[in-house]
Amino acid sequence: MKKLKVLILLSLVALLATPALAADTIKIGFNIPMTGDIPEVGEGSKNAAEMYLADINGAGGLEVGGKKYMLEFIYMDNEAKADSAVKNAALKLIEQEEVVAIIGPNSSKQAVPGGGTANENRVPMISPWSTNPNTTLDRPWVFRAAFLDPFQGPVIADFAAKKFGAKTAAVLFDVANDYSVGLAEVFKAAWEAKGLGPVVAYESNGTKDQDFSAQLTTIIAAKPDFIFVPENYNQVALIIPQARDLGYKGPFMGSDSWGTPDLVKLCGEQCNGQYFSTHYAAAGATGATKVFIDRYMEKFGSEPADYAALTWDSIGLMLEGIKNAGMVDSNPRKMRKAIRDGLAAIKSFDGVTGSSKFNEQGDPIKCAVVVKVSEEGTFVFEESVCP
Amino acid sequence: MDFIIQNVLNALQWGSFYALIALGYTLVYGVLRLINFAHGDIFMVGAYISFFLASFLIGPIVGLSPAMAFIIIVPLTMVLTSLVGVTLERIAYRPLRRKGAHRLYVVITALMCGLVLEYSNLALLGASRLKFPELIEKQIWHLGGVTLTNLKVMVIVAAILVFLFLQWVVTRTRVGMAMRAISYDKFAIPLMGIPVDQIIVVTFVLGSGFAGLAGLLFAMSYPVLEPFMGMLIGWKAFIAAVVGGIGDIKGAFVGGFLLGFIEVGVVSVFPSTYRDLFAFTILLLILWMKPSGLFGIPQSTKI
Repeated sequence: MKKLKVLILLSLVALLATPALAADTIKIGFNIPMTGDIPEVGEGSKNAAEMYLADINGAGGLEVGGKKYMLEFIYMDNEAKADSAVKNAALKLIEQEEVVAIIGPNSSKQAVPGGGTANENRVPMISPWSTNPNTTLDRPWVFRAAFLDPFQGPVIADFAAKKFGAKTAAVLFDVANDYSVGLAEVFKAAWEAKGLGPVVAYESNGTKDQDFSAQLTTIIAAKPDFIFVPENYNQVALIIPQARDLGYKGPFMGSDSWGTPDLVKLCGEQCNGQYFSTHYAAAGATGATKVFIDRYMEKFGSEPADYAALTWDSIGLMLEGIKNAGMVDSNPRKMRKAIRDGLAAIKSFDGVTGSSKFNEQGDPIKCAVVVKVSEEGTFVFEESVCP
Repeated sequence: MDFIIQNVLNALQWGSFYALIALGYTLVYGVLRLINFAHGDIFMVGAYISFFLASFLIGPIVGLSPAMAFIIIVPLTMVLTSLVGVTLERIAYRPLRRKGAHRLYVVITALMCGLVLEYSNLALLGASRLKFPELIEKQIWHLGGVTLTNLKVMVIVAAILVFLFLQWVVTRTRVGMAMRAISYDKFAIPLMGIPVDQIIVVTFVLGSGFAGLAGLLFAMSYPVLEPFMGMLIGWKAFIAAVVGGIGDIKGAFVGGFLLGFIEVGVVSVFPSTYRDLFAFTILLLILWMKPSGLFGIPQSTKI
């Protein structure tokens, strides 16, 4: 009797849980930072996703195996924190919402732990913006749309050596951020491998720090030819003016975390004239990239930053994976497996951030661009570097 | 040598903010024996108030010159921020005090008030950071190998002036005498005809007003504003006040600079990961040797 009750209860639970997926919708979750340190990133990603969603559902849905399915996007805020990316976002999406796939987290700080959760729970995940190798390393369920830091680091080192004629470099990085630490290490190794000169100062700070004067005093005393700052844009906006106040006159070099319109808003004129490496440059775009940028600008009134473009490409990749799966199963576990196999089958992809080929780790091999913050505070294409 | 002098200046600037905020903690604690945990967030509100005043005054509607705007913003920010502090006292702390609630409940209320301020700001203005406009034209002076900005000098001078002013108020004026009296015996004092509630309001006006000034100066020095900017610096300033001997004006001032010096000193020698570890170990040692803080007197008249 008791067993029967349990059985009825279980089947009831199962019934309650399934109808959301019954037949004709495909649920995809987004694990993005709507609040916290980098809210601009979450907003840009959501904008791109909403635009993609309207396109697909406006055309009657996504065609998989001869039948059209509507898409449903669920956005979860990870507060730009590693623990929230796992608990509040990834697990909620997997267990409560029963999504069949996850897009995000964006920043490596959340994507490295978030990728672990997705992999353990066997849910396919694409991180649009994460460049730290550990996000996808030995995780068959995790993919990404961005290039990797072992590629980005040398790009920055080569560019600085050529552009500034630099012999010595200094690094200031955020020690509590996987992305920043990883890139700082890769850059240091790449710079020392060039044999031009040493990294004369290698200083770190915390994520919530507002005063960098002690680190910058050490850096400036070491007289580097340029300072590499792989930090989030909000910290960059404090670091550069403080370095100028302390009498530093040389150039700065940044990484893809600089690439938001907020950098210029928060930093003002002081950031003009600096360079950073990134995923794409909106200025001077052609073809599909230009169409995407124009439509985004018309809809949201600002240029899409790299994370918005990469989110767009991640959705494109995900839908490609779903199409490759060739069927929609109402059982989320089976569907997740099918999508993973579909994603793993993608060999190359043409997106708005350029075309990429995928290696066995699920990492794309694609070009990087170096962008200059112009005197008017816009991001101008400087050069493109391909592997 | 230049390296050391430069870092001393860095520490003086950073310590000034700790000192300014710690003074507010210690003032309220001295009178009420209440740890006003919302104080760091009142500092944040001060920064936001000065931001809106600055945007309005140098904006197209009024169109003042930045320097002129600055002269108006200083007193206005202090007045408006002190209103926020007094409002908190009226709607949160005073009713509890009237009902004779245990101090623990008032402290918890203060913590909640701080969170309410943070999250109402987040809800109202969103998570996007704000850029504080430049009010005074920045001048960078090079003295040998040492670099100094006019803003840095202003911050340090302001911290010292506020300390001297508060020290004067507490030890040399009638209001200050009443404050010390309340802290001494809050049951006998009303019988002497001293209006306790009014004195407490004055305490909050002073504490919050200078938190507002700190917010303005902070926003000018680190011009990126966010709703949680007051949390960490508030906690650290509170610890600085305790180490200095909470309830004692001089203690808060010295404690704030002490923490600033330790933090900058550690970072200039070791990797930044050691900063809080070293800083708080040193402070722990100080409290271990002197549990009432550097200038604190155990369980007697404070402030």
